[in-house]
Parts: sequence; C-alpha cells; structure tokens
Amino acid sequence: MNSRLTKLLQAPSVILLLLWMIVPLGMTLFFSFARYNLLYPAPLSFDGLTNYEFFITDSAFFPALFNTLLLVGSVLFITVVLGLLLALLINQPFWGRGIVRVMLISPFFIMPTVNALIWKNMLMNPVYGIFAVIATAIGIDPIDWLAQVPLLSIIIIVSWQWTPFALLIFITSLQSEDSEQKEAAQLDGAGFWSIFRYLTLPHLARPIAIVIMIQTIFHLSIFAEIFVTTGGGPGYDSTNLAFLIFSQALLQFDVGVASAGGVFAIILANIVAFFLIRAVGKNLMV
Amino acid sequence: MMNLTLSQRKKYKTISLGLLSWVVALVFFFPILWMFMTSFKTELQAIAVPPLWTWEPTFENFAIVQERSDYFKFAMNSIVTSFGATLLALLIAVPAAYSMAFFPSKHTKDILLWMLSTKMLPAVGVLMPIYLLTKSAGLLDNVFSLIIIFTMINLPIIMWMLFSYFREIPKEILEASRMDGATTLGELRHVVMPLSWGGIASTGLLSIVLCWNEAFWSINLTSANAGTLTALIASYSSPEGLFWAKLSAASTLACAPIVVFGWFCQKQLVQGLTFGAVK
Repeated sequence: MNSRLTKLLQAPSVILLLLWMIVPLGMTLFFSFARYNLLYPAPLSFDGLTNYEFFITDSAFFPALFNTLLLVGSVLFITVVLGLLLALLINQPFWGRGIVRVMLISPFFIMPTVNALIWKNMLMNPVYGIFAVIATAIGIDPIDWLAQVPLLSIIIIVSWQWTPFALLIFITSLQSEDSEQKEAAQLDGAGFWSIFRYLTLPHLARPIAIVIMIQTIFHLSIFAEIFVTTGGGPGYDSTNLAFLIFSQALLQFDVGVASAGGVFAIILANIVAFFLIRAVGKNLMV
Repeated sequence: MMNLTLSQRKKYKTISLGLLSWVVALVFFFPILWMFMTSFKTELQAIAVPPLWTWEPTFENFAIVQERSDYFKFAMNSIVTSFGATLLALLIAVPAAYSMAFFPSKHTKDILLWMLSTKMLPAVGVLMPIYLLTKSAGLLDNVFSLIIIFTMINLPIIMWMLFSYFREIPKEILEASRMDGATTLGELRHVVMPLSWGGIASTGLLSIVLCWNEAFWSINLTSANAGTLTALIASYSSPEGLFWAKLSAASTLACAPIVVFGWFCQKQLVQGLTFGAVK
C-alpha cells in the first residue's frame, strides 16, 4: 500500500476531528473577547478582557473552581480505593460470584440523569427517602442531604456510578495475575499484606493509571448529575465550572462571558491533560 | 489433624468472604432494585413509610409514562442517535485505524495521541459555538445534529480501540494474501474484516453505551422533537420527580435495554475502555 492511499484512508477522521476541534475553539476564543448577549440585540463588538474579568470576579468563580477540583479528587480517591477493595474481595471463587459481579457493575450502565434522580428522590429525600427511614429507625435525626451537604451528596452519587468502572477494570486485570508467583510467595510464608504490596499492587499500576486518566476526563465536566439534583445550589455550594458556564450560557444567554468561562475550562483541562498524557498516554502505546 | 483444621479454617474464610461479597453487592445494587420495584407500585405505595416490601404489582405507571410523555418517541430518538452515530463513526474510523495499524508512519503515534487529547476538550468549553452553529443551521432539536456530535465525541475512543485490535492481527497473514495478489480493498474485505469482526463489534457496543447515556449535549441541544431518553428523564427532575412510581417506571424503561446489554458484554467493554491495555 502506498503512502498516498494511507493518507487518504486517514484523512476523513483527521480532518473531521481537526474541524471539530478548531472551529468551535476558534469561535469560543473569538466570542470571549466580544460583547455578545443573546438577550440584547446590540451589534457584536470587541470588548477586550471584560468578559474574563467578569467571569473571574464573579463571586461564583472560586467556589466553582474549588468544587470542581474537590469533586474530581474525592471521586477519584473513593472509586479507586473502593474499586480495589471490591476487586480483591470478589477475586476468589465463591457461590454466585457471577451474579455478584453483575450486580456490582450495574450502576455504571445506568444513565447519569436516572442515577441522580433515583438518589435524589428515593434515597436522599429527607422524609420518605430510604436514608431518612433508616436514620429515624435507629434514632438519628434525618438530614436533608441535597440541601445540607450538596457537594458531598453529589460526590456520593458520582462515586456510586463510577466505582463499578474501576472495579470492572481491576478485576479483569487481577484475573490475569500470575497465580504461580503468588503461590510461591505464600509457600515462602508471605502474608496477605506483603503479597498485595509487592505482587498485586505493582501488577495493578497500569490499570490504576488508566482508571485515573479516563475518570478525570469524564469528571472534569460533570454536568447532568448537578443539573437534575441541586441545580448548582444552594447558593453556589454544588456549582462546578461546567455548571457555572452552562448557567451563564443557557440561563443568562451571555455568550461572551460563557465563552470566557469556556476558555478557562479548556485551559484547566489542558493542564490536567498535559500531565495525564505524559504519565499514562505514552504507556498505552507499548 | 493440623491439616484438617487448616482446611476447615480456609473453608470458613471462603464462606464468610463470599457472604460479605453478597452483602456488599446487594447494598450496591439496592438503588437499581428499588427503582425497579417502585415502578410496579402505586404512588401511595411508593412513598409508604416504612417502605413496602410486598404488594400487588401494578403496570399502570408504564402506561401513564407512555401516554403522557410518549416514551416510544424518545426511545426511538435514543436508538437512532446511538446506532447512527456508532455506524458513522465506525465508517470513518475503520479505514483510518486499519491503515495506522498496518502501515504506521513516524507520525502515527502523535496523531493518535492528538486524537485522544481532543477528548479532553471539555464539552462545556465549546457549548456556545456548537449551540449557535446548530441554531443557525436550523438543526437545533434535530436528530441529525446529535448524530454528528455523538460521532465526533466518540471518534477518538473508537479510533484507539480499533487501532489496538487491528494491531494484534498478525502481519504475516496480510503478507501471504498480498503474495496471492490481493488488492488493498480485497485485503480489507476478505482478510482484515473477518479477523476483526470481534473487535469492531465490541467497539460498536461501547460506542452505543456511551451514546445512549450521553447527557450534556442531549439536554442542551434537544427538547420535544429530538429529545433522547436522557433528556426525557432530566425533564422529570421537577415537579414530576415527586411522583416516584412514574419516575421509576420511566427510568426502568430508559435503562433496562442498556443495562442488560452491558451485562452481556462486560469483557469487551473493559478492553475497549482501556484501549486494549487491560485484558
């Protein structure tokens, strides 16, 4: 096959992705310097850095940035640790293991809007929700999860949805672990902990890196879970950057400010991506 | 004697760990089970305190959901966008991934990494341009624009997956077929495709799952016409969300196909999600 044909076969995907990247990116960059609000039909005019100033000095900006990082960090920590524990737990044969595995990974296939609404209404409702019922039964005052601890609630919801993802990848990797090596270590008198520390954990290094990379990509722009539960509130307590930009754009119709926020989100994602690709992406190529 | 107690201890350990696994799994699965159960209750039974564990199941919620919000229309939109975007993406990605895997140049690695990096572009960063572009093209709330967007957001992952599958096909087979005088297209059709159907199928499956559950673009770009099931459920956030039985019925209908689908192809999905790096 000559190189012209190779290029021809690759051209559509490369050109389309390039367009998909450059056109909206260029427009976002352009709008971010423009005075452009869909509610005021004034002609589009150049506005310097006003939009950026407006977005960054918005009292919601720093809470949103902080919430974004806290959300990503906590969910990553919870899902990796919990996923690892669960994977180790179901890594030995027992009765009904297949069913247990299916039950554990199911939350991952539930769409985020459904998952968030089920938690919001049927579990976290302060009167009729299961948590409230359990709390009352054991004599504690039930709390209004989404009003009192909105960000924690969202962290719990998102972690519930993504732990199966980590588990699925860890358990697949554990099953390819060299069992002879483990048995040899056991005969030499190695305990559970040292086998885990010196054999299993190194074996899982790459899957863990992959889980962190993929989840970070998805968690930086968590939107639906916030949209259907707290709507970013109360106040800005559960607003992340994605939701803040959304509310600027489609609730206040301010294209300019929303675009400045967009540029900011892109920069943040790129900083994270830069390190992730360095750490993980190159590993994937083998 | 010593041996017996050791094996007995081992047996007890296995049983207790198995029991623990079951308890954890049931707790984890509970929200889904509860949703499923609630969808067969009346509204009053749904909010009963203490919760009802046995009751006479009713199917009226499903009928009401279909009647009020035309479930089948939203389901159809979900099917059309998921399958449409998956087919389109495969059509674009298969030739490209094939040529990258079998005829790599020194840029191949960089191109693939660049493609993955477009996935890191946060959707919300380009919300306004995409919204305005689709609006000015008259494609707001249109299935077609969703298909294009879903294709583009999944293309990088699909490229990676296909690339990692194609790479594992032994090159000697291709050389042999070339010796026999096969053309490039013939090679693709008669040698590569039959060998990689499994890989292409699991790539397609993953893409369908991702499209089906996509929420950001479907909530922001659609309403009554092209709304997908994620958008339909989002509309239940208020005030219909207070009607738990109906919410549960709609949710069960929206998730059941893809959850069952996911159960059957866990293994392929793992390979896909990790670009073949974990097997």
